[in-house]
Amino acid sequence: MLLGTVTTVKVLICATILYVIISIIFGLMRVSKNSVIQGVATVYIEFFRGTSLLVQLFWFYYVLPFFGISLEAFTAGVVAIGMNFGAYGAEIVRGGILAVPKGQWEGAFALNFTPAKRMKNIIIPQIFPIILPPAANLTVELLKATALVALVTVVDLTFEAKQINAITWLSAQCFGTALLIYYIISRFFLVPFLRWLEVLAARKVGKDRI
Amino acid sequence: MNAEWRWDFAIEILPQMLLATLNTIMAAGIGYAIAAIVGLLFLLGQRTRFKIINIINREIVEFIRSTPLLIQLFFVYFVLPQFGITLSAWVCGMITIGLHFGTYLSEVYRGALEGVPKTQWEACRALNFTTFYTYRRIVLPQAFPIAIPGMGNYLVGIFKDTPLLSTIGVAELFHAATAVGGYHYRYLEPYTIVGIIFLILSVPAAMGIRKLESSVNKSQGKVKN
Repeated sequence: MLLGTVTTVKVLICATILYVIISIIFGLMRVSKNSVIQGVATVYIEFFRGTSLLVQLFWFYYVLPFFGISLEAFTAGVVAIGMNFGAYGAEIVRGGILAVPKGQWEGAFALNFTPAKRMKNIIIPQIFPIILPPAANLTVELLKATALVALVTVVDLTFEAKQINAITWLSAQCFGTALLIYYIISRFFLVPFLRWLEVLAARKVGKDRI
Repeated sequence: MNAEWRWDFAIEILPQMLLATLNTIMAAGIGYAIAAIVGLLFLLGQRTRFKIINIINREIVEFIRSTPLLIQLFFVYFVLPQFGITLSAWVCGMITIGLHFGTYLSEVYRGALEGVPKTQWEACRALNFTTFYTYRRIVLPQAFPIAIPGMGNYLVGIFKDTPLLSTIGVAELFHAATAVGGYHYRYLEPYTIVGIIFLILSVPAAMGIRKLESSVNKSQGKVKN
């Protein structure tokens, strides 16, 4: 089971990195003035939020090979989770960008910053304290979603629990332990880490909230 | 095995899939109804005066929220029979979904209650209303509109989590797709159709909720910018 836990953590880390990258890219595309770019991002977000993660996962794993793209179970799992949560994250990023006070935009405009510089130096540093709390929730959701990769044969914590259950029939112990491990990962590792990030981001823009 | 999309096959399996969709919708509906009630219970546990119940309640909610629905399903499905309670997959699935999303809905309710300005409570106290009357006539009518978007989102959320039920053998849409795919050894069409059906059902629902949200905001005199 501990081996499975390592895989779960691996999936968690890889998928988190992927989803953060995707959400930033699509979040920025979503606020773009170019309607084509914005349209692409909207379609992507609606598509991935509109369908179930499990369906996407199976699609990536079982259907893509028909098109000649064979993904390993682990890769398929990470990509599916990353892309699904990227869609949710993109909406958070969009909300964060829109929540930056208008004065900041106008100030940057008045100082004659280029749009790229305005984004990079003024807006983006300020969105972190806004988006981190919802993003933290999303990351906890992601931890829970990693359990689904067991269904496409990734040997993670859930898979191990199922396997051991099938051999020993000690269901209460197997699934109880698995539940506890997920709880411990989330409560004592993931959540404190995310809180620490939030404090860090708040301090960086000079808002000492906590 | 070729990668081509076969229309005849897709059309052949479509009636079967649509039938299973009804099951999915039913599962989501029942699960949601249970979740709404369970959410109320958790809310009560949270607002009661006894500190010890508050603490226990919070730990239970935290635990359910931070563990995967999938394992909870397995837990309920495989462990309860060991204690002599044998439930069908349907009942297990509904209970688990109800409990899982009940914790989320209790947070929505709590947020809505706290969204009612404190002055409203104070005014009721000043007018010497009973607690029951305060809730019924003053607080709940104001809290309900605040809760609508959150509740709607979780309705869509439950709908999208129903495929998990297929893992314990509930015959819903995703289960049907896997069965059909396994039978004909063609997964392209079934899974794609499932994706499309989900998209068709949940995108309009999400849009409707967004519209509802903005109309609620407007009716409360809050204009979103």
